Amino acid sequence: MNFHLFPEQASTVARESDWMFWALTAASLFICLLVFLPLAWFAIKYRRGRKVNRQLADVATWKIEVTWTLIPLVLVMALFAWSADAFFRMESAPVGALEVNVVGKQWMWKLQHAEGPREINELHIPLGRPVKLTMTSQDVIHDFFVPAFRMKQDVVPGRYTTEWFTPTRVGRYHIFCAQYCGTTHSAMVGWVHVMEPQDYTRWLAQGSPEPMAAQGQALFHSLGCSGCHGVSSKIHAPPLEGLYGHLIPLETKEFVMADDKYIRDSILLPASQIAAGYQNLMPSFKGHISEEEIMELIAYIKSIANQAPEGSAP
Amino acid sequence: MNNEPENYLSEHSVRSWLLTTDHKRIGILYLLSILVYFAVAAVAAALMRLTLLNPTGDLVLPETYNKLFTLHGVLMVWFFLIPSIPAVLGNFVIPMMIGARDVAFPKLNLLSWYLFNIGGLCVLYAVVVGGVDTGWTFYTPYSTTYANGHVVTMIMGVFIAGFGSILTGLNFIVTIHKMRAPGLTWFRLPLFIWSLYSTSLILVLATPVLAITLLAIAVERLWGVGIFDPNLGGDPVLFQHMFWFYSHPAVYIMILPGMGVISEVIPCFSRKRIFGYHFVAFSSIAIAVVGFSVWGHHMFVSSQSVYAAMVFSVLSFIVAVPSAIKVFNWTATLYKGSISYDTPMLYAFGFIGLFTIGGLTGLFLASIAVDVHLHDTYFVVAHFHYIMVGGMVLSFMGGLHYWWPKITGRMYPEIMGRIAALVTFIGFNLTFFPQFLLGYLGQPRRYHAYPPEFQVFHVLSTAGASILGIGYLMPLLYFVWSLKYGQRAPANPWKATGLEWQTPSPPPSENFHETPIVTEEPYDYHPEADELPPEPQHA
Amino acid sequence: MPEPAIAHAHQFESAEQQRDADTLGMWTFLATEVLFFGGLIMCYTFGRFSYPQAFEAASHHLYVGYGGPNTAILLCSSFTMALAVRSAQLGRRKALVGFLIATILFGLGFLVVKGFEYHTDYVEQLVPRWRFHWEGADAGHAELFFWLYFVLTGLHAIHVTIGVGLLTVVAILGWRGRITAENHMTAEITGLYWHFVDIVWVFLFPLLYLIGHR
Repeated sequence: MNFHLFPEQASTVARESDWMFWALTAASLFICLLVFLPLAWFAIKYRRGRKVNRQLADVATWKIEVTWTLIPLVLVMALFAWSADAFFRMESAPVGALEVNVVGKQWMWKLQHAEGPREINELHIPLGRPVKLTMTSQDVIHDFFVPAFRMKQDVVPGRYTTEWFTPTRVGRYHIFCAQYCGTTHSAMVGWVHVMEPQDYTRWLAQGSPEPMAAQGQALFHSLGCSGCHGVSSKIHAPPLEGLYGHLIPLETKEFVMADDKYIRDSILLPASQIAAGYQNLMPSFKGHISEEEIMELIAYIKSIANQAPEGSAP
Repeated sequence: MNNEPENYLSEHSVRSWLLTTDHKRIGILYLLSILVYFAVAAVAAALMRLTLLNPTGDLVLPETYNKLFTLHGVLMVWFFLIPSIPAVLGNFVIPMMIGARDVAFPKLNLLSWYLFNIGGLCVLYAVVVGGVDTGWTFYTPYSTTYANGHVVTMIMGVFIAGFGSILTGLNFIVTIHKMRAPGLTWFRLPLFIWSLYSTSLILVLATPVLAITLLAIAVERLWGVGIFDPNLGGDPVLFQHMFWFYSHPAVYIMILPGMGVISEVIPCFSRKRIFGYHFVAFSSIAIAVVGFSVWGHHMFVSSQSVYAAMVFSVLSFIVAVPSAIKVFNWTATLYKGSISYDTPMLYAFGFIGLFTIGGLTGLFLASIAVDVHLHDTYFVVAHFHYIMVGGMVLSFMGGLHYWWPKITGRMYPEIMGRIAALVTFIGFNLTFFPQFLLGYLGQPRRYHAYPPEFQVFHVLSTAGASILGIGYLMPLLYFVWSLKYGQRAPANPWKATGLEWQTPSPPPSENFHETPIVTEEPYDYHPEADELPPEPQHA
Repeated sequence: MPEPAIAHAHQFESAEQQRDADTLGMWTFLATEVLFFGGLIMCYTFGRFSYPQAFEAASHHLYVGYGGPNTAILLCSSFTMALAVRSAQLGRRKALVGFLIATILFGLGFLVVKGFEYHTDYVEQLVPRWRFHWEGADAGHAELFFWLYFVLTGLHAIHVTIGVGLLTVVAILGWRGRITAENHMTAEITGLYWHFVDIVWVFLFPLLYLIGHR
């Protein structure tokens, strides 16, 4: 019978996370002994009926009190600082990470690599390269949890959340949904397959899928977006080339960053943020477009982020 | 029973019980009620643990399992833990401890019991007509839009019962402020009173926010108003903020009274004044106040901002310090005391052990980077059960044993008491310690089916639960036995200080024939004096 | 000659202790109400910050012509309430009853105006779920505003109604001579409640009616 005390360490974060866990365990053990040993000792030594000196010295107890208030305070502040620092590093995905989009729904995971392949409840990734997941839910809150990577993040409907990890070990690791989501929450599980880079390349190539951005471009036409946002359109709509990643002025004189959330909101709730100089003409696509399709469109719009809007000066 | 002097139990009619305004009777009414809810919740837990013996978890349907853990949480939190010490022991003991005849508003006290049970009946009704499977945390949008079942009925039950808790807290605050006997200054009060005072502050300030949150769920569910469901324009994380703003202080409502009991039991059974009275008193207030600021530590991975997470983390570490102070002070009280191993004291020892472990594992969860891994796993389940069961239930048992002679006029059988305490302690550890390991391995909460490699821990846990069940059943049996066959108790069987021991056991309806006047400091115990042979009686 | 002891409930040592307890009880109860309304106001604040345009547009559909006079009515009612309490303290029975009746009339006036206002909201199709029609962007969040408006003002109106009921009871007690200079706590505590109800409205009015008004 396999008996493990902790999951495999399969990501760059896992080792530090385990270190912290063991340090906390050691500190806890130390404090437990500090309390339990005297407790047991006193309970035995000063048991009723034993002839033992019970005269208390007349000391100012407040000094003892303050000491055992300040020392724990310092200890917990140190623990906080270490953990906060580690957390900051865990939160910021490195540039150039492999991008994978995740849509959680009751009760399955739908994943799509930027390079194109779609997966259900499985994630194939290469060893040694950071992977960034951009996630949303189609219904209720879920959570994408990979114990071997010591990483999890809630997957929330109506917004994008991100999670990243760099796998350090080839193998197969559990994916669990870690936010109760209904009847078969327990079955919303899957596997991460970490592969050698060459095996991953081979895996990518099979089925020769189209990259997400290309699929997004196809949607851009088939859903009619180019009808207004295309260069030959008669409708005065903001051009989307060179849009992603820039600050957009709004009619209300505020500025907003054109990120994933902005694009998603523009597709579903176009009236909520009107770009300066334009009118509230865009229809909402709510109910006519899936989360995966939105992600493909975003991938396309990201891919033209460095292009100049057609017809403008170079 | 015939030769007993007149006391608060003398009148036997049903009407005298159901329309009583005597705080002592109301305490007993609450005791009977919470036993019923505890029993239902315990059966739910037993079914869950039996299901978890197998990795396929198919003893019950998945939906049934989800309804079981929801029921277990709702009943245990709102219908057992929150009322237990305050509404049972607090109601019974507080007026006597301060030398008063009753609480400030006895009729409101009775009303609170009725509200509590109307709420409880709503919850049980929701179960009978089909159940609710949202978890006791009712996360949105699952609870507002996707869950089938009788969510609104169950929520209404909690809502109504919440008003009962507010009334209890209000009553205690006014009673403690205004009805202390002459000479009983704040710093002469027993620490049990300080704990219950702090608890009452949280009760009156936090519970209204729960009421609003529950109302909002009902509104969204019934009328489709977009407060929490993003499809309707709402924000699901807003729910979590509102819910945890109440529910985190709620855990302090649950544990502070338990700490108060320990602060009474340890001095009594070590015959020694508590170490650092002022620090212990103020630590209760500190826990109540700081406890309002840490709710975001339930939401580190919810997509709240990194900076908010930092603030909640540091405050969560800080809130551990007052609890640590209490543990150190209790231990130091034993030094050069004169210690006996009566049942209440055994429960107190158990409390210190298990609460310390539970509290320390809280530091793991306050540590954000580690929490990312541990959140929503069995580690969290183990953590809060160490505090709620290992801490709170043990202290409730300890307090019940301690004040049983006063409440009933009978002694419980001491040997049985000690055995039950030991059985509970062993059963508890076997049930919940494996869950720490399960959690770190990555087993999420609220799963009825799991990968086979986790099975050994679940088997250990279920075995422990059966032992724990015996530990609970024993006191139920011998307490009932003691009502008829237990040795009659004197006014002060433990030779404890405190005004409640200055009246007969059981007390007369008016508690004191004459209002006592207090001149001594609390916990006026003398361990060395107790060891000396008793003074020869002079004529 | 020692004064005869004033009757007090059995759990108290003296009438003075009972007075103190009743007063603290009312203050504690008001603290719970602050958290209750405060929780709702927090929800509203969250909505206001998240959807400022929708909330502002929705707010413009409320009539300051209803809200403003209602604010004035409640402020006057607090004044007459304070005068009523003062009369009780001075043992002036007729003045007490007179000021209480004035306060009750103001309270009823508030409710009447509120009734007309709700009717107008109904006619203008601003009642969420039952009769709601919104021209303009972001109907969903405008509807949320109106939900908060109806829940906040509705709960407040319930509190006003309860207050009117309490004041009627106190007025009857006052008329029967049961409220004297020595025993006027009932009036004072009811006064506390009434002032609180007024203060809640003083917060609700600008929050709900005056968004974006100069």
